[in-house]
Amino acid sequence: MNSQQLQQLRAYLWTLPKAAGEKRAEVLLYGSKPLLESMDDKVLQQIANVAALPGLTGAAMTMPDAHWGYGFPIGGVAAFDAEQGGVISAGGVGFDISCGIRCLRSNLNLYDAAPLLSQLADRLFAAIPAGVGEEGNISLNPQQLDQVLHGGAQWAVKQGYGDAVDLEYVEENGRVAGAIPENVSELAKKRQRGEMGTLGSGNHYLEVQVVEHIYDSVTAQAFGLHEGQLIISIHCGSRGLGHQIGTDYLVMLAKAASRLGIHLPDRELACAPIKSLEGQQYIGAMNAAINCALANRQILTHLTRTTFAEVYPHAALETLFDVSHNTCKEEMHEVDGKSRLLHVHRKGATRAFAPGHAKLPVRYRAAGQPVIIGGSMGTGSYILAGTSSNQAFASCSHGAGRAMSRNQALKQWNGRTLINDLEQQGILIRTRSMRGAAEEAPGAYKDVDQVAEVTEQAGLARRVAFLRPKVCIKG
Amino acid sequence: MSSSYFEHDADIGIVGRGLTIEQSFEAAAHAVFAIITNLEVVQPDITVALEFEESNLELALVVWLNLLLGKSRELGMVFSLFYIRRQENRWHGKALGEKWRDEFERGVEVKGATLTMLAVKQIGPIWEARCVVDV
Repeated sequence: MNSQQLQQLRAYLWTLPKAAGEKRAEVLLYGSKPLLESMDDKVLQQIANVAALPGLTGAAMTMPDAHWGYGFPIGGVAAFDAEQGGVISAGGVGFDISCGIRCLRSNLNLYDAAPLLSQLADRLFAAIPAGVGEEGNISLNPQQLDQVLHGGAQWAVKQGYGDAVDLEYVEENGRVAGAIPENVSELAKKRQRGEMGTLGSGNHYLEVQVVEHIYDSVTAQAFGLHEGQLIISIHCGSRGLGHQIGTDYLVMLAKAASRLGIHLPDRELACAPIKSLEGQQYIGAMNAAINCALANRQILTHLTRTTFAEVYPHAALETLFDVSHNTCKEEMHEVDGKSRLLHVHRKGATRAFAPGHAKLPVRYRAAGQPVIIGGSMGTGSYILAGTSSNQAFASCSHGAGRAMSRNQALKQWNGRTLINDLEQQGILIRTRSMRGAAEEAPGAYKDVDQVAEVTEQAGLARRVAFLRPKVCIKG
Repeated sequence: MSSSYFEHDADIGIVGRGLTIEQSFEAAAHAVFAIITNLEVVQPDITVALEFEESNLELALVVWLNLLLGKSRELGMVFSLFYIRRQENRWHGKALGEKWRDEFERGVEVKGATLTMLAVKQIGPIWEARCVVDV
């Protein structure tokens, strides 16, 4: 992206001036000049398109890890007011509805756990269904699946997958209200039959990481983190059910927008007014998919605990936090001094509530919401905390963000060689897909250190800890 | 008929080409499933029939690809041969393949076909169908 076309408003915040006669809301881009210049020009085009949607409140924004997506850019944030004709966009949520990260803190230190890490990697790889063609061991009948779609992680805990205390540290206590399983197609439900408790492929992973550096010792203490500690991050979403809801509603909402007279600069922004029949139908289905994702991560948490206990009998894994980064959530935000109910789309962006927010668990209320910026297999991840300086509808970066296409990565790396190289660096990769490994090469991603640093400098969240990967299970 | 790919930051652009619209759709389907595994070793043992109605040519491509992806996941199959015919707005498709086997080379799961960079157009004698698929 050519930064010459942008106007800098303050450090790490930029805007795209409107062309003469251009009708759209403001566009705000969070980032440093190097990060912005590394982005594809289409990021700018896509966020300007979002800013032209009806009922947008404030500005359409991109986070420091933004990259070219479909409809919305990945790393895009936009809030809409139903009372102002605001819309809900399937393209603003994405196919992998409620994709997110469940982070677990352990009572294990790398020093003690290291001799058995290879055994742990093998056992996790055997226990966690991951990748193309892999199915889970949970078979649900249609009634049970509807219970999942209503109950989310709360349903999973009732079935014995994990502990009730986990739910305190999951967004919405593990279950969003407003799910309408009847709005989910039969094909979507059939796709999910064999996919509960599966990780998926692509950029999804289960990583065992070590806390290598603490930036903020007070907040780290509140989050229960210390150097040398093993942490587990589980990155996945709503699987086939969410993918099918995305595909079902994309075409339906694209047609609805045309019928309702909404001009779509890009059809992928497929949307309908929140208050319309079509909008409400999508919201009911999307909430069902969010519950599906929350249940899925809860089941994977249980499988992870069981596997750890086989290798380390005294291991205890507690949920640090579970946060989604592909959603639209109804939230109260202060705009121009007034509290307003908004539908906040976060497409590849993480919610980051400030200290004191009523929806935070008591343990974290003084510190702010734990935020997870996932890295790539070979680099690292960050745990951050929400800040009161955040002006982006409590949103921040979600990952390193891709720096090159999958095709480019395939040309540059060989999966087997990459895995061997990472093992030399002390990172054990377990995957069934050499193609997937090459596409997900650490070098295909932006510098996660830079993304996390800029996220902090932009006032979106503050760094708490850096995590170095030790074991990575990929699909 | 031929298929190829184009660049996209996060996902993958697929292209199908043929002498007819239908052939371009079939080639596009081949491009999608070749992301999932090596189709040369997938036997066309089981036939699955698909039907849908769509008047918009470009949306029809997306519906076709997403129906194939949905069916393949529902049935635990991978498809390697594709046929589609159009009668006005009604599309009649067939996909042939087999149940997933552990010996298959594992590529990357395709979540769905998007409307991004979506185009179905004639370039000289060749029809070209393209879009970005989410992986």
